[in-house]
Amino acid sequence: MQAHERVTAAIRAANEAGRTGLVPFVTAGYPEPQEFISTLQAVAAVGDVVEVGIPFSDPMADGMTIQRSSFEALQKGVSLAWIFDELEKAGGFDAPLVMMSYLNPLLAFGYDRLADRALETGVCGFIVPDLPFEESDEIRAALEAKGLGLIQLVTPATPDERLATLCDASRGFVYAVTITGITGGDAGLPADLAGYLDKVSAVSGIPVCAGFGIREASDVADVGAHAAGAIVGSALVEVLERGEDPTGFLNSLR
Amino acid sequence: MTSLIQAGEAEALLQAAINGKLPDARGRFGPFGGRYVPETLVPAFERLEAGVKEHLHDPQFQAEFQRELREWVGRPTALTYAGRLSERWGADVWLKREDLAHTGAHKINNAIGQALLAKRLGVERVIAETGAGQHGVASAAACARVGLPCAVYMGAVDIERQAPNVDRMRRLGAEVVAVESGDKTLRAAIDEALRKWVTDPAGIYYLLGSAVGAHPYPYLVRELQSVIGRESREQMIEQAGGLPDAAFACVGGGSNAIGLFYPMLADDTELIGVEAGGTGSGLGQNAATLATGTPGVLQGSYTMILQDDDGQVQETHSISAGLDYSGVGPEHALLQATGRVKYVAAGDEEALAALEELCETEGILTALETSHAFVAAREWARENPGKRLLIGNSGRGDKDMPTLTKFPVKVRSHAST
Repeated sequence: MQAHERVTAAIRAANEAGRTGLVPFVTAGYPEPQEFISTLQAVAAVGDVVEVGIPFSDPMADGMTIQRSSFEALQKGVSLAWIFDELEKAGGFDAPLVMMSYLNPLLAFGYDRLADRALETGVCGFIVPDLPFEESDEIRAALEAKGLGLIQLVTPATPDERLATLCDASRGFVYAVTITGITGGDAGLPADLAGYLDKVSAVSGIPVCAGFGIREASDVADVGAHAAGAIVGSALVEVLERGEDPTGFLNSLR
Repeated sequence: MTSLIQAGEAEALLQAAINGKLPDARGRFGPFGGRYVPETLVPAFERLEAGVKEHLHDPQFQAEFQRELREWVGRPTALTYAGRLSERWGADVWLKREDLAHTGAHKINNAIGQALLAKRLGVERVIAETGAGQHGVASAAACARVGLPCAVYMGAVDIERQAPNVDRMRRLGAEVVAVESGDKTLRAAIDEALRKWVTDPAGIYYLLGSAVGAHPYPYLVRELQSVIGRESREQMIEQAGGLPDAAFACVGGGSNAIGLFYPMLADDTELIGVEAGGTGSGLGQNAATLATGTPGVLQGSYTMILQDDDGQVQETHSISAGLDYSGVGPEHALLQATGRVKYVAAGDEEALAALEELCETEGILTALETSHAFVAAREWARENPGKRLLIGNSGRGDKDMPTLTKFPVKVRSHAST
């Protein structure tokens, strides 16, 4: 099984067990770098797939919560190289990992080295929010050569033809952004969410996970009726920010 | 840096630039440029690109744009012979007076052009970012002129140091949104404007103020600003009797510089862009992106940026808010790589001294951004005596009074020597 297929399989296994796939997001090294691995272990014990957020200086698709957590992690010296080293030392987690990173830290790291380190540390795929499909050939080739997935994002603004292209290119799962906006919004999920997720799910041959604005159990249930998985980012980062137990919060979403 | 372009490629790429073949269909200037934006904005960028293709060179649009430049902006701007400065420098120094354009800087050329475009595209409202406040003021004025609501995103640090412009924007009817995130300067303002755009990509027009960002902005802004270089060439031939031996422009994002340089690429004129050298050459002490940066992706474009080894974009320092930016327009990155334009840095103190010298010799209070160009021009004149120089005097310094009042006025004699 290739690395990206582990991600697909984990979401499908949750669905087969009658659950919505739960995909928690944590900013790596937040709130404290020394708690990175223990936090990730706790989150991976509940989540079906875990997104590890790579902090970046210019998180243009993120709201205040993830801007804040990224900034603090960077202040405390968190870098991609450090994250890989920590993951390697930890030696495996209960759920497959994917990384969410803006392009520039990956570019600076080098795509071939990135693919090698990902494979060595159990990272199965990448989500790159500022990399549209048209600019993605080079990194996609480097990742696919190692069986790693480049997860595509689609949004309510994506035209139908483009939607088909993106779903076809995506590996692991398709990341369906629920709103036209940034992460961490509290305006609630849009009224026409069901139709949109149904459309994406019908087009995609791999599981569709919905993200942005998912904060509580009812959101997970709403999304779960029309998509294979739910991604929870800012709400979980806020739990960590308050120093609360992520396990309890994640279990409450089920 | 030069490794990005093969030895044989530079001349071909420069020819392509001169012949108007760049950016290519993918928005690239050789290896630089492109479109690195969140998926939510992809359709918005595609609409913008289609709109630019349809309208920008349409005769009706051009007629309207040229009329606004003439009757509202006040173009052509003057070319001024700087007699006393010439005498002092031992050179023939000519100034392209963008400071005389409506609202006080070259920014208005781009702002009115894009505001007219926004109107044609049928958007509901306009957002813009600003560093020094000049683009904010220009956008506020242009939006009032065409009848569109405008919100300007501005870093909290810049709001403080460019207070007069904040008030001007508000009086011109714009909402000024203080940006408290990131470095609280121009880069954070762009990030925040992009976040706002994502919430309503179809209803909002993002009026970007420099030749930076994702395709088609670097192209669009260059086309709208090239009027500076076209007028300069004609005026130099008519008034100075020939093209300049060297031309100078300050470079932050690089819109006034690309506007001046682009029509001169095929000439024999030496072209020199001047970045902010700040207080030193260390990371974080300056905004000399081309002189000291490395290639990377920032805010939609693959270009030269100031970053650390982990690809984290670094904060910059310059006394001038308009140059205080960690990236630069991708076309400048190409022009540097091909060797056609040379990019140098001038420090805070040198820029202040140059500003004083221009006040003293020519009675022109230039912007702190612009004064960086004078530093390099003076040095070039010293090394190349008796030559003809053109300096892009991109904006006026009234907005810099809060900064300038921190430095005492030197007592000096105004008697002619």
